[in-house]
Amino acid sequence: MKINWSKYSAPLAFYPLAGKMIPWFGTVAALTIAVGLYIGLLVAPTDFQQGEAYRIIFVHVPAAWMSMFLYVVMAGWAAVGLGLNARLSFMMTQAIAPTGAMFTFLALVTGAMWGKPTWGAWWVWDARLTSELILLFQYAGVMLLRTSIDDQRRADRASGVCALVGVVNIPIIYFSVQWWNTLHQGASVSMTAAPKMATIMLTGMLLMTFGFWMYSLAVILSRVRCVILERESLQLWSKPSSVAEAVEVR
Amino acid sequence: MLQTVSLACRRGDRRLFSNLSVTVRPGAVLVVVGENGSGKTSFLRMLCRLLAPEEGTILWEGTDIHHLKEQYSAQLTYIGHLNGVKDDLTAVENLKFNASLNGDRASDAAVQDALELVGLKQRVHHLPTKVLSQGQKRRVALARLWLSSRPLWLLDEPFTSLDQAATVLVTERLRFHAERGGLAVVVTHQEVVLPSGMAQRLRLDG
Amino acid sequence: MNQPGLWEALRGIVWRDLLLAMRRRSDVAISVLFLVIVASLFPLGVGPEPAVLRTIAAGVLWVAALLACLLSLGRVFTADYLDGVLEQMLLIPQPLPVLVTGKVFAHWVVSGLPIVLLSPLLGLQFGLEGEALGTLILSLLLGTPTLSMIGSIGAALVLGVRGSGLLVALLVLPLYVPVLIFGAGAVTSSMAGVGGEANLSLLGACLVLSLFFAPWATAAALRIALE
Repeated sequence: MKINWSKYSAPLAFYPLAGKMIPWFGTVAALTIAVGLYIGLLVAPTDFQQGEAYRIIFVHVPAAWMSMFLYVVMAGWAAVGLGLNARLSFMMTQAIAPTGAMFTFLALVTGAMWGKPTWGAWWVWDARLTSELILLFQYAGVMLLRTSIDDQRRADRASGVCALVGVVNIPIIYFSVQWWNTLHQGASVSMTAAPKMATIMLTGMLLMTFGFWMYSLAVILSRVRCVILERESLQLWSKPSSVAEAVEVR
Repeated sequence: MLQTVSLACRRGDRRLFSNLSVTVRPGAVLVVVGENGSGKTSFLRMLCRLLAPEEGTILWEGTDIHHLKEQYSAQLTYIGHLNGVKDDLTAVENLKFNASLNGDRASDAAVQDALELVGLKQRVHHLPTKVLSQGQKRRVALARLWLSSRPLWLLDEPFTSLDQAATVLVTERLRFHAERGGLAVVVTHQEVVLPSGMAQRLRLDG
Repeated sequence: MNQPGLWEALRGIVWRDLLLAMRRRSDVAISVLFLVIVASLFPLGVGPEPAVLRTIAAGVLWVAALLACLLSLGRVFTADYLDGVLEQMLLIPQPLPVLVTGKVFAHWVVSGLPIVLLSPLLGLQFGLEGEALGTLILSLLLGTPTLSMIGSIGAALVLGVRGSGLLVALLVLPLYVPVLIFGAGAVTSSMAGVGGEANLSLLGACLVLSLFFAPWATAAALRIALE
């Protein structure tokens, strides 16, 4: 089957396509997360150093991975949008940000929950946690800049530039925080200090990551549909046939 | 020659104009009129590359201005509805900086002549422009037209807050520019008194 | 870089901004005074023990410098945006990133350089001496231009946006983190007797990187803001 991709780069054409994809991604996400949690919470062996508390990494690590991955994807869409002046790209940027911020927040909270029993403190200035915190600020910046600008086109483009500048910044921040951490040798607890990961743990973690990825796709696509409806409302009302079409396919 | 080919403009959800094609030849002044919010200023900002057209292209001497970039900027003098005049600098300083930034040399004498020609007396030349009236500030901005040797002039409401005498002076300057083979696009809601062969009118209806 | 008129335009931009700052000296004084006050508040809060003050000196002075830079960011483009000088700048037939660099340089001379010049005094307040004091000055000399370059991106992004003063802080402060770490780190390690060279060279790297990337980002942001 040959798909005419350019057809779907128009928001209104993408709308029904996204609608068709959401249930699939959603189902896959639910299944993989269920299996991943089963492995992580019940199958994986108890850690002899950290006890049962370590099991939170099955949520924490995939969430942290997703938070960075989504930021890069968001910046990628922003670059496409700025380069090709494509409206759908900016809508994707807008739709990704909240999910990315949610995963960043999740990573921070689970990190704190893991930190209390392991390190004896809710928060340690570990390089990864600190970078994650700054990532959360960057997500907040991108989203707030968008909402503060009234003109849609300018909001899109300005927050796009902001996201791109941030993506350059992430590795620099990570490096500098790590440097800072070795400088102040106090809290240099590293998460890689955990004993060698068993295959079963890795499987669980990868399944969770895949599940989170599918979940993100489902959520982002539904959000992008809302964004399309919100922004293209005028065009939709002026062409009643297309609104019928768009709604029918759902 | 300045040409627009099926230009379209959208601000927010509103489509201001579409399929707009006009040609301005040397020696002509395009007067753009229309109600408030009909896209006159947007049109002018597109012509000076500040605003990217939604659709369509703008050609200068047959080449897309999008490709000419700074080369095109070197062809034009733009006076927006903001004066672009620094309050803390004197009229002379403002004009001299403007000229040197744009790569035109302007001596003190030339600048003072320009200010005289736009009707600003000697005694205000060395005052910081913040003490001048609105009309006087507008004149300082418009004095750039007497210093400009650029072929294309883009003026946004040049006559706002000008009195009758200054309006005549600026109109005369426009006429002189066109007679020398210059081009101009003037956005205005006022009548511009130019010889009939010279003025071209474009009405934007929104 | 040898386009006709580029040098002249660059010099004109720098000179005009310096002249304007001269005529508005109080604006400059405010951010410098802000720095002094913030730095003086810490001993009042923490207590006057010299040992404690010495340990927090690097961090406090750097954070204060960061905030002073942040405070002055509004001056880079806002006035020009409001009176139309900025749109005229976009129409100057020279590459915009180069012009932006000139503008940011002028801004640094007016708001960053005073911080550097004032730092020995503040360092003495916190009991820094000798090599540590020298490192503080050097780190600020390398770091504050980076802060101005990065800050200009944020300042351009929020032009004409409601609540722009707070928004620019939110956008820019996360980007300031590496500079803060290396800057304060340089002073701390020189106090510990390790020598601040490594941190200083990283600060230098940040400066080079920001000189290379920031003008393009700022130019793009300015074009977006003026559309």
